[in-house]
Amino acid sequence: MNEPVIIANKLTKRFGDFTATNEISFEVKKGEIFGFLGANGAGKTTAIRMFCGLLLPSSGSATVAGFDVFKQTELIKQNIGYMSQKFSLYEDLTVKENIRFYAGIYGMSRRLIKEKTGPLLKQLNLLSEANMLVKSLPLGWKQKLAFSVAVFHEPKVVFLDEPTGGVDPITRREFWNLIFQAAERGITVFVTTHYMDEAEYCNRVSIMVDGKIEALDTPRKLKQSFNALSMDEVFLQLARGAKRAGD
Amino acid sequence: MKQFIIFVQKEFYHIFRDRKSLLIIIFMPIVQIILFGFALTNEIKDSDIAILDNAKDGASGEIIRRLDASRYFNAARYLHTQGEIETAFKTGKIRLVVVFQPGFRAALLHNNHAQLQLIADATDPNTATTITNYAASIVRDYQSDLNLLVQTPYLITPQIRMLYNPQLKGAYNFVPGVMAMILILISAMMTSVAIVREKEINTMEVLLVSPLKPFLFILSKAIPYMFLSLVNVTTILIVSVSLLEVPIKGSLLLLMAEALLFITTSVSLGLLISNVTNSQQTALMISLMGLLLPTLLLGGFMFPIESMPRPLQVVSNLVPSKWFFIIVKNVMIKGLGFKMVWKETLILFGMALFFLAVSITKFKTRLA
Amino acid sequence: MNAVTVAHIVKKYGSKKAPVHALDDISLDVSKGELFGVIGPDGAGKTSLFRILTTLLLADSGDATVDGFDVVKQYKAIRNRVGYMPGKFSLYQDLSVEENLRFFATIFNTSIAANYELIKDIYIQIEPFKDRRAGKLSGGMKQKLALCCALIHRPSVLFLDEPTTGVDAVSRKEFWEMLKALKQQGISILVSTPYMDEAALCDRVALMQSGKIMSIDSPRNIIKKFTKTMWSVRSAEMYRLLNDLQQYSNTEKCYAFGEFHHLVLKNNGVERDEIMSYLQYLSHREIELQVALPNIEDCFIELMSSTGK
Repeated sequence: MNEPVIIANKLTKRFGDFTATNEISFEVKKGEIFGFLGANGAGKTTAIRMFCGLLLPSSGSATVAGFDVFKQTELIKQNIGYMSQKFSLYEDLTVKENIRFYAGIYGMSRRLIKEKTGPLLKQLNLLSEANMLVKSLPLGWKQKLAFSVAVFHEPKVVFLDEPTGGVDPITRREFWNLIFQAAERGITVFVTTHYMDEAEYCNRVSIMVDGKIEALDTPRKLKQSFNALSMDEVFLQLARGAKRAGD
Repeated sequence: MKQFIIFVQKEFYHIFRDRKSLLIIIFMPIVQIILFGFALTNEIKDSDIAILDNAKDGASGEIIRRLDASRYFNAARYLHTQGEIETAFKTGKIRLVVVFQPGFRAALLHNNHAQLQLIADATDPNTATTITNYAASIVRDYQSDLNLLVQTPYLITPQIRMLYNPQLKGAYNFVPGVMAMILILISAMMTSVAIVREKEINTMEVLLVSPLKPFLFILSKAIPYMFLSLVNVTTILIVSVSLLEVPIKGSLLLLMAEALLFITTSVSLGLLISNVTNSQQTALMISLMGLLLPTLLLGGFMFPIESMPRPLQVVSNLVPSKWFFIIVKNVMIKGLGFKMVWKETLILFGMALFFLAVSITKFKTRLA
Repeated sequence: MNAVTVAHIVKKYGSKKAPVHALDDISLDVSKGELFGVIGPDGAGKTSLFRILTTLLLADSGDATVDGFDVVKQYKAIRNRVGYMPGKFSLYQDLSVEENLRFFATIFNTSIAANYELIKDIYIQIEPFKDRRAGKLSGGMKQKLALCCALIHRPSVLFLDEPTTGVDAVSRKEFWEMLKALKQQGISILVSTPYMDEAALCDRVALMQSGKIMSIDSPRNIIKKFTKTMWSVRSAEMYRLLNDLQQYSNTEKCYAFGEFHHLVLKNNGVERDEIMSYLQYLSHREIELQVALPNIEDCFIELMSSTGK
């Protein structure tokens, strides 16, 4: 349970003379929900891209699911799931087709896909919508489906980039329920969000400012050490000092 | 007025800051004109020809020898019957068939007058003309060499037949053609894309919720691209006169005025497209499929309209480029005056008016 | 006179056979000088409502006025006097900060100088970058520029459609501070947002869901209407706690909320000890249990479940 799934050690990415992420170091354990916060332009996206094997770091080292981010990016991709607000599902494919497609990409066998599709649809309450086009579903359902598809192949880590933007409060909680369940199964969840109350749901939270990790602890300890009532305050105290701005 | 000026200024900012597109807009016409020009002059060397020698005498033999020896021709096949001519064109790379009448030499010597046929594949009219001209001049050389020896001149009349394109469109088709093509492309496509872009980046919403009048919006969108199109007309004319030696025989003023009329028509077509689309991609596709293709296929510059099936000929009347093509050919190449093109001008004018009226009245002052 | 009146507005999309109600009989009034929030998730109908009020869309039925003018018959008058910031970033990315501002000033028949006082406090923050292309600005700065452009003609009513969506907490905070300052200038402001916590910053809010308004009132009054007792609970194992509480026979609903779970019971009479013993029976450790004040999000969840999704 306590083996680290993500290890970053002084991981740095420079674009020209701009240092997007500056020597970030941390470990994320198996089954942990890790909140990755930061203002727009703090370097979150760059860091996530390096962990997902989409971007080569400039220096430092990191492993994801036991694989090196410099040399084993293809193996990393096999062992992670990814979901963002912008990229989720094919709107013009049906629910079932989306599941089959993504599972197929990760090399799951037809039999296994078939076996797992039924229970998933049942869990999401999508049985009667299985053959409907995704675009006809409400946003909240799409987001839940997108998450389930991202963890369908039981990856070691799932990266979620602002997964709940614009979703109503009830669906948002249903979404987090799915996250809790995945974490219970031992999937590590690496999540960014702009909702500060969601930060509280995480086991540990890191806050990035200007490319560096300025704080990393459990929400409770962060609030204590910053003498704040909410994570919102902690975040504001840290991010207010940010010098750079960018998207 | 201030609104108008700042809007036009903004449009020029967009145009000048998008360097790649600007380069394409400015250099595309030049590149196309030059490409068409070179394609024309380079293809004529070592053309394969076929011979149907019904005479088989000294005179026909000598002409064949001279043709074959020239750097332009290569006597690739010898035919035996009239019927083989058609197949020669269809199967081989044959560009020209030379047919000698029976008793060619006898006719020349006794009647002082003989005939020979030059049959060319005129699907590419420009090459066909050039080839037949070269062949005719070789025959004329032989004729004058012969005439040095005798008092009464022998006369060989080459009968020229253009297969597939009997009327033979003029040699400089491509200058008016490229002009029509470029103008449709720049004016219609760019205008529609420029408007649709405002919808895509949401500025349209803000502009609609402002006191800006739709008419002013349309006008300010159209003016910069009309200006660019005029720049293009000028470069096309300069390149064709200086590099390709295609003269402007008619009035330059009339030519420019007609170009402006055609630009207006194209711009209003662009406005119409922007009314019915919401993405730049769709606008692009509609412009290409709906405007550029008809211009190429039915504009009369790639394929002669006269040899098209009747229904297509009727449809071609709806293509503005067709009328512009006729006007430019008449004014620029043939040097005719306004009296000879007033009908076409009137048609274009009507089209411009119609499209403009439709696009202004149909302009959506709301979303959806 | 009200800044905005909306009476029985209906807007449908889709086919006639199976229409989707984007707005289903919406009515509301916004007073002059009010900061009015339209709170709801994506798909609630916020954007449709704003587009109808800014004369960009026609409603299928119902009436609406902005600054006393009818949104259908007098739409031109409205277009002269409202400011509008659409949901997505809507400036010219290839124009500089100053060029954008000057363009919109001129389109609205005014100049930067004429209304500089109004935007000064906001513009000053982006003025150092006035020669930078808008596309190269950060998210927060883009918002500020867009707000300046929407304000440059001194509108009487300002419509801001989800100005803080996708913006980080710091920029959101700054943005709301700017809105408060604008309110002092007497501009009526309608702002929509999916962030429930922003409701507390408005004078009055309309809570919207699936094309319907579930409640309109001041944030304080909306919270007052929440009459059930709400408990906040935490323990060492939060996920198990959530499941256990949802299984609890007395539970009406229980959901995660920040570091606690919020628990509403079917019956207000249930005592603290009863809940404690249930949890202790399930061997939860480090239990914290107290009565909590509901906030707008709790009210929203309550309203959503009582109106039936």
